[in-house]
Amino acid sequence: MLSSHIKSNEIVFDSCNKDLLEEIIFYGIELGADFVEIFIENTDNSSVLAEEDFITSVSPSFGRGAGIRIFKGKKDGFVSTNDLTKHGLMRSVSQAIEMLDITDNKREVFNGLNKHRDYSLSKKKWINEVPSINEISEKLLVSTKSLKKNNKIITRKGSYSRNLQEVVIASSDGTYVSDIRLHQTVGLNVIASDAQYRSSGSRRFGSSGMPNEFRLWDHEKAANDVFESSMNMLYADYVDAGQMPVVLANKFGGVIFHEACGHLLETTQIERGTTPFENKLNEKIAHESVTAIDEGISEGSFGSLSVDDEGMEPEKSVLIKDGILKKFISDRAGELRTGHKRTGSGRRQNYSFAAASRMRNTYIAKGEHSKEDLINSIGDGLYCKSMGGGSVGATGQFNFAVEEGYLIKNGKLTNPVKGATLIGEAKEVMPKISMCGNDLELAPGFCGSISGSVNVTVGQPHIKVDSITVGGR
Amino acid sequence: MKSKEITTQISEAADSLNLKKWDYGASFSNDYSVQVDKGEAKQLKASQKQILTIRVWNESNLVGITTTSDISESGIKKALNQANIASDFGNQNEKTEFSPLAKDPIEVKDSKKRNPVGIKKLLTLLREAEVKLLESHKSIKSVPYNGLSESFFERVYANSDGAFRSYAKSQAVLYLYARAEEKNKKPRSSGSVKLGYGVEDIDIESCIKDASNKTISHLNYSSIKTDKYLICFSPESFLTIINAFSSMFNARSILDGVSLSNKNSIGEKLSTEALNIYDDGLHEKNISSSPFDGEGTPTKRLCLINKGRLENFIHSESTARIFKTIPTGHAGLGSKVSVSPDWIVVEKSKVNSDLKTSLDHSTYEGEFVYIEELNAIHAGVRASQGSFSLPFDGWLYKNGKKISIESATVAGDFKYLLKNIVNIESNQEVTTSGISPHIWVNELSITGDA
Repeated sequence: MLSSHIKSNEIVFDSCNKDLLEEIIFYGIELGADFVEIFIENTDNSSVLAEEDFITSVSPSFGRGAGIRIFKGKKDGFVSTNDLTKHGLMRSVSQAIEMLDITDNKREVFNGLNKHRDYSLSKKKWINEVPSINEISEKLLVSTKSLKKNNKIITRKGSYSRNLQEVVIASSDGTYVSDIRLHQTVGLNVIASDAQYRSSGSRRFGSSGMPNEFRLWDHEKAANDVFESSMNMLYADYVDAGQMPVVLANKFGGVIFHEACGHLLETTQIERGTTPFENKLNEKIAHESVTAIDEGISEGSFGSLSVDDEGMEPEKSVLIKDGILKKFISDRAGELRTGHKRTGSGRRQNYSFAAASRMRNTYIAKGEHSKEDLINSIGDGLYCKSMGGGSVGATGQFNFAVEEGYLIKNGKLTNPVKGATLIGEAKEVMPKISMCGNDLELAPGFCGSISGSVNVTVGQPHIKVDSITVGGR
Repeated sequence: MKSKEITTQISEAADSLNLKKWDYGASFSNDYSVQVDKGEAKQLKASQKQILTIRVWNESNLVGITTTSDISESGIKKALNQANIASDFGNQNEKTEFSPLAKDPIEVKDSKKRNPVGIKKLLTLLREAEVKLLESHKSIKSVPYNGLSESFFERVYANSDGAFRSYAKSQAVLYLYARAEEKNKKPRSSGSVKLGYGVEDIDIESCIKDASNKTISHLNYSSIKTDKYLICFSPESFLTIINAFSSMFNARSILDGVSLSNKNSIGEKLSTEALNIYDDGLHEKNISSSPFDGEGTPTKRLCLINKGRLENFIHSESTARIFKTIPTGHAGLGSKVSVSPDWIVVEKSKVNSDLKTSLDHSTYEGEFVYIEELNAIHAGVRASQGSFSLPFDGWLYKNGKKISIESATVAGDFKYLLKNIVNIESNQEVTTSGISPHIWVNELSITGDA
């Protein structure tokens, strides 16, 4: 039953907005919407940059806004605004209704919002627990100092960012939830130079929902890792191009599965008709050694959520089991348009994007082999120790830069090589992942797609691909 | 709230907080966009957005910054306060000041601001475009990536020294990416993007035709043998690579140690004497032109490469002061002020006798690879090292025939590429990111599957 007493004319964070939200949703339903969703956000972000031995940038930012989505049939209209007054929100609803050109007289029933599910209760103290700018600055400066290990290092950078997002999600199916999300990342970068030789090294670390994590970050280990990587690659030769077997390292090596296959298992790709896996449910699409998972529940992982941006708790989705396709990653629109059940994967960068089916923590499950088993099984090939970014085209072709690579000769790691790019198509490469290691690890990253940039983790154990095109010189 | 009011409000709030020196940049926008799927509206979007970035200088003349979307009275006060707190961490080694040119006159052109046509009209036009594209060839089965949008925005810069600038504009974008499928062949995809001041300025028919022709031209494809090839870069692909390595012209990147250039590189010979490159943000063909940058410095045409030699760097206020020159109108407001090019124009200079003019992409009969579009720039470019390895869409021309290349990358060094330019064709083409003729480069590595 709807409340008839409007207690507030503006969304106020940290207080009950139920009456106002119900009135706005009811307004949309009365105007003929099948479904109304309101996503409200309040952010408090901060970033710090250290270059060489100085703090060169401190950037706080804050903001608030609302995204209102109206469905009529399978069509949806989305309006975003910074105006959180009742008038502003209702105007946005009207605008969305007008866009959809709703003319029929059919009216859905809205029975009011359910009991408030408040995931933020234990998280309100986070803002006071995260490190101060002073604390962050001190640790970043120690970190960049740790990178100064010889005179070949010409550029040293350390960066930190913290995003605190408070959200309220309400919709005409009764969903009414609140949550607070905290994401922290820290990264180190170096450039090394000696005469005509140049190399770079970088590593990024990240967590969600763990205010103390930056304090626990082992900056010395990170600095050693970045330094070693840049030194190993400084005098590396360019790799010879060709088809060859490769071993991809664990952690960020999983970016290949994320880009090459994971995106093709999002229902947005089915909607567009751009995935080769659309009609392959329960069919073999990968080597039987491959089991792949997408979930939002690993504690502290960068892609974990208490609740997705459509108010659903995230599930653990087994996408591929022993090479057989088992599930797609789905959001509300995906379920409506493709029939695949929601998986708690409706995600967006912020209020100005409509949620879409997006990956969370996505990884290939561990196998039984050691890293050495994989390398020893190759005569001539490439070991990709550190991957850079990559992308997938509209027809499923992918490409990835290898940041740190080593030639494999007679089952042994030999010379470092640079300039390698891995090129292929998911449909062809997935059946060629023939061995999985027993050393699964995850790594944080940012994924840009239809609903903006979202925090994810990628991951895998060491894996062997029997043959792939390596671009080089 | 509009520009004059917000300036007054910031000024009053700063006075009440006893903050003497400040500046701000703001943008206010209304955007409308549609996407369609086989005749049905897929997603219709509207957004009203405001972003305010305030900088505050403290008594030690150190600067702090805050960005917010909350421009209420309390939001502005909070932003000023946060910026003031952040100024305690201001960079002591590189002081920031107001641009000395922030009050200079700006070149005011007709902004050609259009009125909104509205979501319904956008939807009708996009539906019609999708139908026409689908009907243009039997193998085109869908248009998975499409959109038509119109934006209306105002940008402002003002400071406590009395500088005030604002301009309002409109812009519309149409993109159509088609997917073609034929039996026993891999799907192929290509597309086209068109910009205009308003929807009525966009040549929709030409966008449909370009998207269709490009997609169909890739239907017959083959893998290419890994080797070194003579390359012809399309205007779009050459501008992509110039922009990807624009840190070479960027004073901020030089100071940060991530550029291929250094402070003494002006005058360095980089390429054939036939090559001129300008940054020309105010060019009449640049739909996105802005008369001033994030620090209020007027935008202007600047020569970057003159007859093959590095001529100028692009600057913000602070980099210009360090390099003992004047700002060039390329700054982006931020805690650390960024520097970036606006609109690259590539030309053939009058000194061009060393060019192999027989190389013309429409008449040359020898073997070469034509690179139509470079992809995955963020992944395949190492700007600080000067190397690239990029997937591309293109064709192999051989024995008078052309065939689309399946899944290949082009790799090399940017400086090598510039040094090995062997022809600059005469006709320039306007693209969404600048203007360039076709550019020929000798001997770049191509990796393919064959």
